[in-house]
Amino acid sequence: MSITTSTKTDVQLIDARGPRFGAVITTAVLATALATSNLWVIVAQAIVFAIGAFRGPQFTPYAAIFRTIVKPRLKSAVISEDVRPPQFAQSVGLLFAIVAIVGSLTGINALFVIATSFALAAAFLNAAFNFCLGCEMYLLLLRLR
Amino acid sequence: MLPIVVVLALASAYGFWLKRTRGNVKAKNVSALITAEKIGGPLGSRATLVQFSTAFCTPCRATRALLTNIVQDLADVVHIDIDAEDQLELVRELNILSTPTTLILDSNGQEVGRAVGAPKRDQVLKALAAID
Repeated sequence: MSITTSTKTDVQLIDARGPRFGAVITTAVLATALATSNLWVIVAQAIVFAIGAFRGPQFTPYAAIFRTIVKPRLKSAVISEDVRPPQFAQSVGLLFAIVAIVGSLTGINALFVIATSFALAAAFLNAAFNFCLGCEMYLLLLRLR
Repeated sequence: MLPIVVVLALASAYGFWLKRTRGNVKAKNVSALITAEKIGGPLGSRATLVQFSTAFCTPCRATRALLTNIVQDLADVVHIDIDAEDQLELVRELNILSTPTTLILDSNGQEVGRAVGAPKRDQVLKALAAID
């Protein structure tokens, strides 16, 4: 016998491979930002995060690349997932990107390096291990309430 | 270049550690009894699988499917899926840190094992078999 106590049932599903592909590009972009300390690279990534966080991960430019170039070439079966976990992860990414931008603008380089490093680690864990660090932090944040 | 190497090395180490430990059923002993009232549903006559989930959790769906499938053939085992967000009091009390977390209770509501992350099927079956 299975009992579900949750009342939230209406969920929007997206192709799970989309956000994972997005995480690969995000990893490369954040590594570039860290290597070059270039403000505009992290600003560009912050814009992508913002689109993913507010509109949904399926609307980012990375998702467009996935849909037009990558997806038609994939032969594996489509794995769909709830849109909310990757969308939440994008907002966590946005938060780190904003902190990095603030660090860069105020000349506090350590802040830029640390924030970008955390975002890079999270994106890499998602890309390489399919592990969502932002999602993991969600319950911990709730517990603080 | 050095910060990138350090970050990716640490993240990889963490990732491999997660891969190894996630979903393992860890034996647990001595804790307060968990009552049917607390989890919002009757306990199984032999065992109960209490799953904690959140909306922002992809492996929770896989866990739900796995545990539903396991209890299908076992009349004396009950699976309960709890939205952690609605039960924060219980989440704190049971020290649930992330979702999915699955508790394995015996017939008295005593926690005998817990798995953090999508549990491994054979380990759940083994833990259930160990409960008489």
